[in-house]
Amino acid sequence: MPHFTKPAAGTWTEAFELPTEPVSYEDSISPDFYELERDAVFRRTWLNVGRVEQLPKNGSYFTRELDAARTSVVLVRDMKGEIQAFHNMCRHRGNKLVWNDFPQHETSGTCRQFTCKYHGWRYGLEGELTFVQQESEFFNLDKGDYGLVPVGVDVWEGFIFVNFDPEAPPLRQYMGRLGAGIEGYPFHKMTQVHKYRAEIGSNWKLFIDAFMEFYHAPVLHAKQATEEESRKLQGYGYEALAYDVDGPHAMVSSWGGMAPPKDESMVKPIERVLRSGLFGVWDAPDIGELPDGLNPARHPAWGEDSFLFFPNFMLLVWKPNWYLTYHYWPTSYNTHIFEGTLYFVPPENAYERLQQELAAVTFKEYGLQDGNTLEATQTMLESRAVTQFPLCDQEVMLRHLHTVTRRYVDDYQQHQPGTPVSVIAAS
Amino acid sequence: MATLPAAFAELEPFADWALPSEHDRYAKRIASTMHQLQTFYDAVFPRLEDSVDYLRQVALDGISDEDRSLLWLFSSLVTVSFPVEVWSQPRVPDSGASALDVVVEPVP
Repeated sequence: MPHFTKPAAGTWTEAFELPTEPVSYEDSISPDFYELERDAVFRRTWLNVGRVEQLPKNGSYFTRELDAARTSVVLVRDMKGEIQAFHNMCRHRGNKLVWNDFPQHETSGTCRQFTCKYHGWRYGLEGELTFVQQESEFFNLDKGDYGLVPVGVDVWEGFIFVNFDPEAPPLRQYMGRLGAGIEGYPFHKMTQVHKYRAEIGSNWKLFIDAFMEFYHAPVLHAKQATEEESRKLQGYGYEALAYDVDGPHAMVSSWGGMAPPKDESMVKPIERVLRSGLFGVWDAPDIGELPDGLNPARHPAWGEDSFLFFPNFMLLVWKPNWYLTYHYWPTSYNTHIFEGTLYFVPPENAYERLQQELAAVTFKEYGLQDGNTLEATQTMLESRAVTQFPLCDQEVMLRHLHTVTRRYVDDYQQHQPGTPVSVIAAS
Repeated sequence: MATLPAAFAELEPFADWALPSEHDRYAKRIASTMHQLQTFYDAVFPRLEDSVDYLRQVALDGISDEDRSLLWLFSSLVTVSFPVEVWSQPRVPDSGASALDVVVEPVP
Protein backbone atom coordinates (compact mmCIF):
# COMPACT_ATOMS: atom_id res chain seq x y z
CA MET A 1 0.00 0.00 0.00
CA PRO A 2 1.47 3.39 -0.93
CA HIS A 3 2.54 5.62 1.94
CA PHE A 4 2.55 8.69 -0.30
CA THR A 5 -0.09 9.87 -2.77
CA LYS A 6 0.29 8.83 -6.39
CA PRO A 7 -1.08 10.86 -9.33
CA ALA A 8 -4.65 10.44 -10.64
CA ALA A 9 -3.46 8.20 -13.50
CA GLY A 10 -2.73 5.59 -10.81
CA THR A 11 1.01 5.38 -11.38
CA TRP A 12 3.80 7.89 -12.06
CA THR A 13 4.86 5.96 -15.14
CA GLU A 14 1.42 6.21 -16.75
CA ALA A 15 0.98 9.83 -15.62
CA PHE A 16 4.08 10.72 -17.68
CA GLU A 17 2.74 8.66 -20.62
CA LEU A 18 5.64 6.26 -20.52
CA PRO A 19 5.24 2.58 -21.47
CA THR A 20 5.03 0.03 -18.65
CA GLU A 21 6.54 -2.92 -20.56
CA PRO A 22 9.93 -4.39 -19.73
CA VAL A 23 12.76 -2.35 -21.27
CA SER A 24 15.81 -3.09 -23.39
CA TYR A 25 19.24 -1.78 -22.37
CA GLU A 26 20.64 -2.10 -25.89
CA ASP A 27 21.15 1.69 -25.75
CA SER A 28 23.70 1.14 -22.96
CA ILE A 29 25.69 -1.76 -24.43
CA SER A 30 25.91 -0.89 -28.13
CA PRO A 31 29.06 0.88 -29.43
CA ASP A 32 27.06 1.99 -32.51
CA PHE A 33 24.39 3.63 -30.39
CA TYR A 34 27.05 5.44 -28.37
CA GLU A 35 28.61 6.88 -31.54
CA LEU A 36 25.18 8.28 -32.44
CA GLU A 37 24.66 9.64 -28.93
CA ARG A 38 27.88 11.65 -29.16
CA ASP A 39 26.47 13.73 -32.02
CA ALA A 40 22.77 13.51 -31.25
CA VAL A 41 23.00 14.24 -27.53
CA PHE A 42 26.39 15.59 -26.47
CA ARG A 43 26.81 17.96 -29.40
CA ARG A 44 23.20 19.18 -29.27
CA THR A 45 22.37 19.86 -25.64
CA TRP A 46 23.56 22.33 -23.02
CA LEU A 47 26.36 20.73 -20.99
CA ASN A 48 27.26 22.04 -17.53
CA VAL A 49 31.04 22.37 -17.39
CA GLY A 50 31.51 24.27 -14.13
CA ARG A 51 30.55 27.21 -11.93
CA VAL A 52 31.30 30.90 -12.08
CA GLU A 53 33.37 30.63 -8.86
CA GLN A 54 35.94 28.70 -10.94
CA LEU A 55 36.52 31.90 -12.95
CA PRO A 56 36.96 34.35 -10.06
CA LYS A 57 38.71 37.18 -11.94
CA ASN A 58 39.49 38.49 -15.40
CA GLY A 59 41.98 36.10 -17.01
CA SER A 60 40.86 33.04 -14.98
CA TYR A 61 40.44 29.97 -17.19
CA PHE A 62 39.86 26.23 -17.05
CA THR A 63 39.74 23.48 -19.65
CA ARG A 64 37.31 20.57 -19.96
CA GLU A 65 37.92 17.36 -21.87
CA LEU A 66 34.58 16.52 -23.49
CA ASP A 67 35.35 13.23 -25.14
CA ALA A 68 31.67 12.48 -25.77
CA ALA A 69 31.37 15.73 -27.73
CA ARG A 70 34.62 14.92 -29.54
CA THR A 71 36.48 18.02 -28.32
CA SER A 72 38.26 19.90 -25.56
CA VAL A 73 37.08 23.36 -24.57
CA VAL A 74 38.65 26.27 -22.74
CA LEU A 75 36.48 28.55 -20.58
CA VAL A 76 37.86 31.97 -19.73
CA ARG A 77 36.75 35.22 -18.13
CA ASP A 78 37.95 37.87 -20.57
CA MET A 79 39.32 41.32 -19.69
CA LYS A 80 35.78 42.76 -19.80
CA GLY A 81 34.62 40.17 -17.24
CA GLU A 82 32.56 38.17 -19.76
CA ILE A 83 32.77 34.37 -19.86
CA GLN A 84 33.97 32.99 -23.19
CA ALA A 85 34.25 29.41 -24.45
CA PHE A 86 36.40 28.15 -27.32
CA HIS A 87 37.43 24.89 -28.85
CA ASN A 88 40.82 24.31 -27.24
CA MET A 89 42.65 24.30 -30.56
CA CYS A 90 45.27 26.46 -32.24
CA ARG A 91 44.24 27.72 -35.69
CA HIS A 92 47.68 27.16 -37.17
CA ARG A 93 48.13 23.39 -37.29
CA GLY A 94 45.53 22.18 -34.83
CA ASN A 95 47.58 21.67 -31.69
CA LYS A 96 45.69 21.63 -28.41
CA LEU A 97 46.14 25.17 -27.15
CA VAL A 98 45.88 25.06 -23.34
CA TRP A 99 47.35 22.12 -21.40
CA ASN A 100 50.16 21.31 -18.95
CA ASP A 101 52.44 18.27 -19.09
CA PHE A 102 49.69 15.83 -20.11
CA PRO A 103 47.54 16.84 -23.09
CA GLN A 104 44.57 14.77 -21.85
CA HIS A 105 44.52 16.32 -18.35
CA GLU A 106 42.26 19.24 -17.54
CA THR A 107 43.96 22.37 -16.25
CA SER A 108 43.14 25.80 -14.85
CA GLY A 109 44.86 29.04 -13.98
CA THR A 110 45.07 32.72 -14.79
CA CYS A 111 46.61 34.36 -17.85
CA ARG A 112 46.49 37.48 -20.03
CA GLN A 113 46.64 35.58 -23.31
CA PHE A 114 46.89 32.03 -24.65
CA THR A 115 50.16 31.01 -26.31
CA CYS A 116 50.41 27.83 -28.36
CA LYS A 117 53.28 25.58 -27.22
CA TYR A 118 54.01 24.54 -30.80
CA HIS A 119 54.87 27.69 -32.80
CA GLY A 120 54.06 30.45 -30.36
CA TRP A 121 50.84 31.80 -31.92
CA ARG A 122 49.08 33.98 -29.37
CA TYR A 123 45.39 34.67 -28.76
CA GLY A 124 43.63 37.30 -26.71
CA LEU A 125 41.00 36.19 -24.17
CA GLU A 126 38.19 37.08 -26.57
CA GLY A 127 39.69 34.56 -28.98
CA GLU A 128 41.35 36.99 -31.36
CA LEU A 129 44.68 35.98 -32.93
CA THR A 130 47.18 38.61 -31.79
CA PHE A 131 50.60 37.26 -32.77
CA VAL A 132 51.95 34.99 -35.48
CA GLN A 133 55.58 33.88 -35.30
CA GLN A 134 57.38 35.02 -38.50
CA GLU A 135 54.13 36.41 -39.87
CA SER A 136 55.84 37.66 -43.07
CA GLU A 137 56.54 34.02 -44.09
CA PHE A 138 52.80 33.34 -44.51
CA PHE A 139 50.76 33.92 -47.66
CA ASN A 140 48.22 36.74 -47.37
CA LEU A 141 47.40 35.73 -43.79
CA ASP A 142 44.76 37.99 -42.26
CA LYS A 143 44.90 37.45 -38.47
CA GLY A 144 41.26 38.52 -38.30
CA ASP A 145 40.32 35.26 -40.06
CA TYR A 146 42.10 33.01 -37.56
CA GLY A 147 40.58 33.62 -34.14
CA LEU A 148 39.78 30.70 -31.82
CA VAL A 149 36.59 28.85 -32.75
CA PRO A 150 33.89 29.91 -30.29
CA VAL A 151 31.52 27.52 -28.53
CA GLY A 152 28.05 28.53 -27.35
CA VAL A 153 28.28 29.45 -23.66
CA ASP A 154 25.73 30.68 -21.14
CA VAL A 155 25.25 30.83 -17.38
CA TRP A 156 22.24 29.70 -15.35
CA GLU A 157 22.24 30.42 -11.61
CA GLY A 158 26.05 30.51 -11.63
CA PHE A 159 26.38 27.21 -13.53
CA ILE A 160 28.37 27.58 -16.77
CA PHE A 161 27.08 25.59 -19.74
CA VAL A 162 28.41 25.06 -23.26
CA ASN A 163 26.56 23.96 -26.39
CA PHE A 164 28.01 22.89 -29.75
CA ASP A 165 24.78 23.36 -31.67
CA PRO A 166 24.56 26.85 -33.23
CA GLU A 167 20.77 26.44 -33.40
CA ALA A 168 20.34 25.49 -29.74
CA PRO A 169 17.59 27.29 -27.79
CA PRO A 170 18.74 29.75 -25.12
CA LEU A 171 19.93 28.02 -21.94
CA ARG A 172 17.21 29.41 -19.69
CA GLN A 173 14.54 28.16 -22.08
CA TYR A 174 16.28 24.77 -22.22
CA MET A 175 16.25 24.47 -18.42
CA GLY A 176 12.45 24.69 -18.64
CA ARG A 177 9.94 24.60 -15.82
CA LEU A 178 12.10 22.48 -13.51
CA GLY A 179 15.01 24.89 -13.86
CA ALA A 180 12.77 27.93 -13.37
CA GLY A 181 11.36 26.35 -10.20
CA ILE A 182 14.69 26.45 -8.40
CA GLU A 183 15.96 29.80 -9.65
CA GLY A 184 16.85 32.00 -6.70
CA TYR A 185 18.29 29.17 -4.60
CA PRO A 186 21.45 30.64 -2.97
CA PHE A 187 23.94 28.48 -4.88
CA HIS A 188 26.35 31.44 -4.76
CA LYS A 189 26.52 31.22 -0.94
CA MET A 190 27.63 27.57 -1.03
CA THR A 191 31.23 27.97 -2.07
CA GLN A 192 32.88 25.34 0.16
CA VAL A 193 33.61 22.56 -2.34
CA HIS A 194 34.51 18.88 -1.95
CA LYS A 195 34.81 17.26 -5.38
CA TYR A 196 35.32 13.56 -6.11
CA ARG A 197 36.06 11.84 -9.41
CA ALA A 198 35.89 8.21 -10.49
CA GLU A 199 36.43 6.23 -13.65
CA ILE A 200 33.42 3.95 -13.90
CA GLY A 201 33.21 0.82 -16.03
CA SER A 202 29.65 1.32 -17.20
CA ASN A 203 27.59 3.23 -19.72
CA TRP A 204 26.90 6.76 -18.46
CA LYS A 205 23.13 6.24 -18.36
CA LEU A 206 23.40 3.26 -16.03
CA PHE A 207 24.95 5.39 -13.28
CA ILE A 208 22.27 8.05 -13.71
CA ASP A 209 19.75 5.20 -13.40
CA ALA A 210 21.35 4.27 -10.08
CA PHE A 211 20.95 7.80 -8.73
CA MET A 212 17.45 8.45 -10.10
CA GLU A 213 15.89 5.69 -8.02
CA PHE A 214 16.22 5.04 -4.31
CA TYR A 215 14.52 1.65 -4.55
CA HIS A 216 18.06 0.23 -4.12
CA ALA A 217 18.97 2.23 -1.03
CA PRO A 218 17.50 0.07 1.77
CA VAL A 219 19.21 -3.01 0.28
CA LEU A 220 22.56 -2.01 -1.25
CA HIS A 221 23.38 0.38 1.57
CA ALA A 222 21.84 -1.71 4.37
CA LYS A 223 25.05 -1.88 6.38
CA GLN A 224 25.41 1.88 6.51
CA ALA A 225 22.64 2.09 9.08
CA THR A 226 22.48 0.36 12.46
CA GLU A 227 21.10 -3.18 12.22
CA GLU A 228 17.73 -2.41 13.74
CA GLU A 229 17.26 0.69 11.62
CA SER A 230 18.32 -1.18 8.50
CA ARG A 231 15.69 -3.91 9.06
CA LYS A 232 13.05 -1.23 9.52
CA LEU A 233 14.09 0.55 6.29
CA GLN A 234 13.95 -2.65 4.25
CA GLY A 235 10.49 -3.34 5.64
CA TYR A 236 9.23 0.02 4.45
CA GLY A 237 10.98 -0.17 1.09
CA TYR A 238 11.19 3.10 -0.77
CA GLU A 239 8.61 5.47 -2.20
CA ALA A 240 9.25 8.96 -3.49
CA LEU A 241 7.15 11.91 -2.36
CA ALA A 242 6.78 13.02 -5.96
CA TYR A 243 8.21 12.78 -9.46
CA ASP A 244 8.08 15.37 -12.20
CA VAL A 245 9.05 15.56 -15.85
CA ASP A 246 9.42 18.56 -18.14
CA GLY A 247 10.75 17.98 -21.64
CA PRO A 248 14.00 16.01 -21.41
CA HIS A 249 14.46 16.88 -17.71
CA ALA A 250 13.14 15.06 -14.66
CA MET A 251 13.11 15.20 -10.87
CA VAL A 252 12.39 12.98 -7.89
CA SER A 253 11.47 14.34 -4.48
CA SER A 254 12.30 12.24 -1.41
CA TRP A 255 11.60 12.11 2.29
CA GLY A 256 14.49 12.21 4.70
CA GLY A 257 14.09 11.98 8.42
CA MET A 258 17.78 11.52 9.19
CA ALA A 259 19.01 15.07 9.63
CA PRO A 260 18.56 15.12 12.54
CA PRO A 261 17.22 11.61 13.25
CA LYS A 262 14.21 11.18 15.52
CA ASP A 263 16.25 8.95 17.79
CA GLU A 264 20.00 9.44 18.10
CA SER A 265 20.54 5.79 19.01
CA MET A 266 19.68 4.98 15.36
CA VAL A 267 22.86 6.57 14.07
CA LYS A 268 26.54 5.74 14.27
CA PRO A 269 28.61 7.22 17.14
CA ILE A 270 30.57 9.58 14.86
CA GLU A 271 27.28 10.94 13.46
CA ARG A 272 25.93 11.51 16.95
CA VAL A 273 29.02 13.49 18.01
CA LEU A 274 29.39 15.48 14.78
CA ARG A 275 25.63 15.88 14.13
CA SER A 276 26.08 15.07 10.46
CA GLY A 277 25.83 12.22 7.96
CA LEU A 278 24.70 11.26 4.49
CA PHE A 279 21.83 13.74 4.53
CA GLY A 280 24.17 16.56 5.50
CA VAL A 281 24.89 18.59 8.61
CA TRP A 282 21.91 18.45 10.99
CA ASP A 283 22.32 22.10 12.01
CA ALA A 284 21.30 23.75 8.74
CA PRO A 285 22.63 27.25 8.03
CA ASP A 286 19.98 29.93 7.58
CA ILE A 287 19.62 30.65 3.86
CA GLY A 288 16.18 32.22 3.86
CA GLU A 289 13.12 30.93 2.02
CA LEU A 290 13.42 28.12 -0.53
CA PRO A 291 12.17 28.51 -4.12
CA ASP A 292 8.78 26.99 -5.00
CA GLY A 293 10.24 24.22 -7.16
CA LEU A 294 11.66 22.43 -4.13
CA ASN A 295 9.55 19.92 -2.17
CA PRO A 296 6.77 20.07 -4.80
CA ALA A 297 4.54 17.78 -2.69
CA ARG A 298 4.88 20.28 0.20
CA HIS A 299 5.42 17.29 2.46
CA PRO A 300 6.63 17.91 6.03
CA ALA A 301 8.92 14.85 5.82
CA TRP A 302 10.71 16.25 2.75
CA GLY A 303 14.46 15.58 2.72
CA GLU A 304 15.94 16.01 -0.75
CA ASP A 305 15.15 16.71 -4.41
CA SER A 306 17.19 15.21 -7.26
CA PHE A 307 17.00 16.95 -10.63
CA LEU A 308 18.36 15.50 -13.83
CA PHE A 309 18.98 18.19 -16.42
CA PHE A 310 19.45 16.20 -19.58
CA PRO A 311 21.76 14.76 -20.52
CA ASN A 312 24.27 14.41 -17.68
CA PHE A 313 23.87 17.08 -14.99
CA MET A 314 22.23 16.10 -11.72
CA LEU A 315 21.53 18.61 -8.99
CA LEU A 316 20.56 17.37 -5.52
CA VAL A 317 19.20 19.95 -3.10
CA TRP A 318 19.04 18.78 0.53
CA LYS A 319 16.79 20.00 3.28
CA PRO A 320 19.72 20.92 5.59
CA ASN A 321 20.69 23.64 3.10
CA TRP A 322 23.49 22.25 1.00
CA TYR A 323 23.65 20.82 -2.48
CA LEU A 324 25.41 18.17 -4.48
CA THR A 325 26.04 17.81 -8.20
CA TYR A 326 26.71 14.70 -10.26
CA HIS A 327 28.18 14.72 -13.75
CA TYR A 328 28.63 11.71 -16.01
CA TRP A 329 31.11 12.20 -18.87
CA PRO A 330 31.15 9.26 -21.30
CA THR A 331 34.52 8.07 -22.56
CA SER A 332 33.18 5.03 -24.48
CA TYR A 333 29.96 3.03 -24.69
CA ASN A 334 30.87 1.19 -21.48
CA THR A 335 33.03 3.67 -19.54
CA HIS A 336 32.55 7.14 -18.17
CA ILE A 337 34.02 9.61 -15.70
CA PHE A 338 31.80 10.36 -12.74
CA GLU A 339 32.14 13.60 -10.78
CA GLY A 340 30.37 14.15 -7.46
CA THR A 341 30.71 17.61 -5.92
CA LEU A 342 29.41 18.73 -2.53
CA TYR A 343 28.73 22.42 -1.91
CA PHE A 344 28.32 23.91 1.58
CA VAL A 345 28.05 27.34 3.12
CA PRO A 346 31.69 27.89 4.24
CA PRO A 347 32.21 26.69 7.84
CA GLU A 348 33.32 29.22 10.42
CA ASN A 349 34.97 26.96 12.95
CA ALA A 350 36.75 23.61 13.23
CA TYR A 351 33.62 21.77 14.44
CA GLU A 352 31.58 22.90 11.41
CA ARG A 353 34.47 21.90 9.14
CA LEU A 354 34.42 18.38 10.64
CA GLN A 355 30.65 18.16 10.26
CA GLN A 356 31.04 18.83 6.54
CA GLU A 357 33.96 16.41 6.30
CA LEU A 358 31.71 13.64 7.67
CA ALA A 359 29.00 14.42 5.10
CA ALA A 360 31.59 14.35 2.29
CA VAL A 361 33.26 11.13 3.43
CA THR A 362 29.88 9.42 3.92
CA PHE A 363 28.99 10.37 0.34
CA LYS A 364 32.24 8.75 -0.78
CA GLU A 365 31.58 5.50 1.13
CA TYR A 366 28.15 5.15 -0.52
CA GLY A 367 29.52 6.16 -3.91
CA LEU A 368 32.15 3.42 -3.78
CA GLN A 369 29.40 0.84 -3.33
CA ASP A 370 27.30 2.31 -6.13
CA GLY A 371 30.20 2.53 -8.60
CA ASN A 372 31.27 -1.06 -8.22
CA THR A 373 27.72 -2.38 -8.58
CA LEU A 374 27.54 -0.58 -11.92
CA GLU A 375 30.49 -2.45 -13.38
CA ALA A 376 28.80 -5.67 -12.38
CA THR A 377 25.61 -4.56 -14.18
CA GLN A 378 27.39 -3.49 -17.36
CA THR A 379 29.28 -6.75 -17.85
CA MET A 380 26.14 -8.86 -17.39
CA LEU A 381 24.04 -6.66 -19.68
CA GLU A 382 26.73 -7.08 -22.34
CA SER A 383 26.34 -10.87 -22.09
CA ARG A 384 22.84 -10.35 -23.58
CA ALA A 385 21.80 -13.50 -21.73
CA VAL A 386 18.72 -11.46 -20.78
CA THR A 387 17.54 -8.57 -22.96
CA GLN A 388 14.27 -7.37 -21.39
CA PHE A 389 14.05 -5.96 -17.86
CA PRO A 390 10.98 -5.08 -15.79
CA LEU A 391 11.07 -1.64 -14.15
CA CYS A 392 8.78 -0.66 -11.29
CA ASP A 393 6.95 2.62 -10.78
CA GLN A 394 9.72 3.89 -8.46
CA GLU A 395 12.09 3.49 -11.43
CA VAL A 396 10.06 5.81 -13.66
CA MET A 397 12.94 8.28 -14.07
CA LEU A 398 15.05 5.53 -15.67
CA ARG A 399 12.40 4.86 -18.28
CA HIS A 400 12.22 8.56 -18.93
CA LEU A 401 15.99 8.98 -19.37
CA HIS A 402 16.33 6.09 -21.81
CA THR A 403 13.22 7.14 -23.72
CA VAL A 404 14.47 10.73 -24.07
CA THR A 405 17.93 9.58 -25.18
CA ARG A 406 16.46 7.31 -27.86
CA ARG A 407 14.22 10.17 -28.98
CA TYR A 408 17.23 12.49 -29.44
CA VAL A 409 19.04 9.80 -31.42
CA ASP A 410 15.97 9.04 -33.57
CA ASP A 411 15.42 12.73 -34.22
CA TYR A 412 19.08 13.22 -35.16
CA GLN A 413 19.00 10.28 -37.57
CA GLN A 414 15.84 11.51 -39.28
CA HIS A 415 17.57 14.80 -40.03
CA GLN A 416 20.77 13.20 -41.29
CA PRO A 417 21.32 11.97 -44.84
CA GLY A 418 22.02 8.24 -45.15
CA THR A 419 20.55 5.03 -43.83
CA PRO A 420 19.65 4.77 -40.15
CA VAL A 421 21.72 2.28 -38.19
CA SER A 422 19.86 -0.90 -37.31
CA VAL A 423 20.49 -0.55 -33.58
CA ILE A 424 17.64 1.95 -33.34
CA ALA A 425 15.13 -0.56 -34.59
CA ALA A 426 16.47 -3.07 -32.10
CA SER A 427 16.04 -0.72 -29.18
CA MET B 1 55.67 16.24 12.29
CA ALA B 2 52.55 17.81 13.65
CA THR B 3 52.35 19.16 17.17
CA LEU B 4 48.89 19.22 18.72
CA PRO B 5 47.52 21.79 21.20
CA ALA B 6 48.86 21.12 24.73
CA ALA B 7 45.49 19.82 25.96
CA PHE B 8 45.71 17.00 23.38
CA ALA B 9 49.33 16.01 24.13
CA GLU B 10 48.37 12.38 24.85
CA LEU B 11 47.35 12.04 21.15
CA GLU B 12 50.88 12.88 19.92
CA PRO B 13 51.64 9.18 19.24
CA PHE B 14 48.90 9.39 16.57
CA ALA B 15 50.17 12.66 15.05
CA ASP B 16 51.12 10.84 11.84
CA TRP B 17 47.36 10.76 11.14
CA ALA B 18 47.24 14.60 11.00
CA LEU B 19 47.15 14.57 7.18
CA PRO B 20 45.83 17.60 5.27
CA SER B 21 44.26 15.69 2.34
CA GLU B 22 41.36 13.23 2.35
CA HIS B 23 43.30 11.32 -0.30
CA ASP B 24 46.14 10.66 2.16
CA ARG B 25 43.82 9.94 5.09
CA TYR B 26 41.97 7.32 3.05
CA ALA B 27 45.24 5.81 1.75
CA LYS B 28 46.52 5.45 5.34
CA ARG B 29 43.25 3.80 6.38
CA ILE B 30 43.50 1.28 3.53
CA ALA B 31 47.13 0.55 4.40
CA SER B 32 46.32 -0.09 8.10
CA THR B 33 45.19 -3.24 9.90
CA MET B 34 41.88 -3.32 11.77
CA HIS B 35 43.88 -3.52 14.98
CA GLN B 36 45.68 -0.27 14.15
CA LEU B 37 42.43 1.44 13.14
CA GLN B 38 40.67 0.29 16.32
CA THR B 39 43.57 1.50 18.50
CA PHE B 40 43.49 4.91 16.81
CA TYR B 41 39.71 5.15 17.11
CA ASP B 42 39.67 4.11 20.77
CA ALA B 43 42.22 6.80 21.64
CA VAL B 44 40.88 9.67 19.52
CA PHE B 45 37.08 9.25 19.55
CA PRO B 46 36.65 10.07 23.28
CA ARG B 47 38.67 13.26 22.78
CA LEU B 48 36.41 14.36 19.89
CA GLU B 49 33.41 13.65 22.09
CA ASP B 50 34.67 15.87 24.93
CA SER B 51 36.09 18.61 22.65
CA VAL B 52 32.99 19.77 20.79
CA ASP B 53 32.85 23.08 22.68
CA TYR B 54 36.56 23.63 22.14
CA LEU B 55 36.31 22.96 18.39
CA ARG B 56 33.35 25.30 18.06
CA GLN B 57 35.47 28.22 19.27
CA VAL B 58 38.42 27.43 16.94
CA ALA B 59 37.84 29.88 14.08
CA LEU B 60 39.10 28.61 10.72
CA ASP B 61 40.11 32.12 9.80
CA GLY B 62 43.64 32.48 11.22
CA ILE B 63 43.68 28.95 12.72
CA SER B 64 46.96 28.11 14.53
CA ASP B 65 49.27 25.35 13.30
CA GLU B 66 48.44 23.24 16.39
CA ASP B 67 44.68 23.54 15.92
CA ARG B 68 45.10 22.83 12.22
CA SER B 69 46.91 19.58 13.08
CA LEU B 70 44.13 18.70 15.49
CA LEU B 71 41.56 19.36 12.76
CA TRP B 72 43.40 16.99 10.39
CA LEU B 73 43.71 14.37 13.15
CA PHE B 74 39.94 14.47 13.79
CA SER B 75 39.37 14.41 10.02
CA SER B 76 41.25 11.11 10.00
CA LEU B 77 38.94 9.91 12.78
CA VAL B 78 36.03 10.62 10.42
CA THR B 79 37.71 8.48 7.75
CA VAL B 80 38.53 5.70 10.24
CA SER B 81 35.05 5.68 11.79
CA PHE B 82 33.66 3.75 8.82
CA PRO B 83 35.83 0.63 9.12
CA VAL B 84 35.50 0.66 12.91
CA GLU B 85 31.80 1.52 13.31
CA VAL B 86 30.39 -0.08 10.15
CA TRP B 87 32.50 -2.29 7.91
CA SER B 88 34.77 -4.30 10.27
CA GLN B 89 37.38 -4.05 7.52
CA PRO B 90 39.51 -1.18 6.14
CA ARG B 91 37.88 -1.12 2.67
CA VAL B 92 34.25 -0.50 1.80
CA PRO B 93 32.73 -3.99 1.21
CA ASP B 94 31.88 -4.83 -2.40
CA SER B 95 33.82 -1.81 -3.61
CA GLY B 96 36.37 -4.00 -5.42
CA ALA B 97 38.79 -2.00 -7.53
CA SER B 98 36.57 1.08 -7.72
CA ALA B 99 38.06 4.35 -6.51
CA LEU B 100 36.48 7.72 -5.84
CA ASP B 101 39.31 10.23 -5.63
CA VAL B 102 39.10 13.67 -4.13
CA VAL B 103 40.09 16.30 -6.73
CA VAL B 104 39.01 19.48 -4.95
CA GLU B 105 38.88 19.91 -1.16
CA PRO B 106 38.94 22.84 1.24
CA VAL B 107 42.09 24.09 2.97
CA PRO B 108 41.85 23.89 5.89
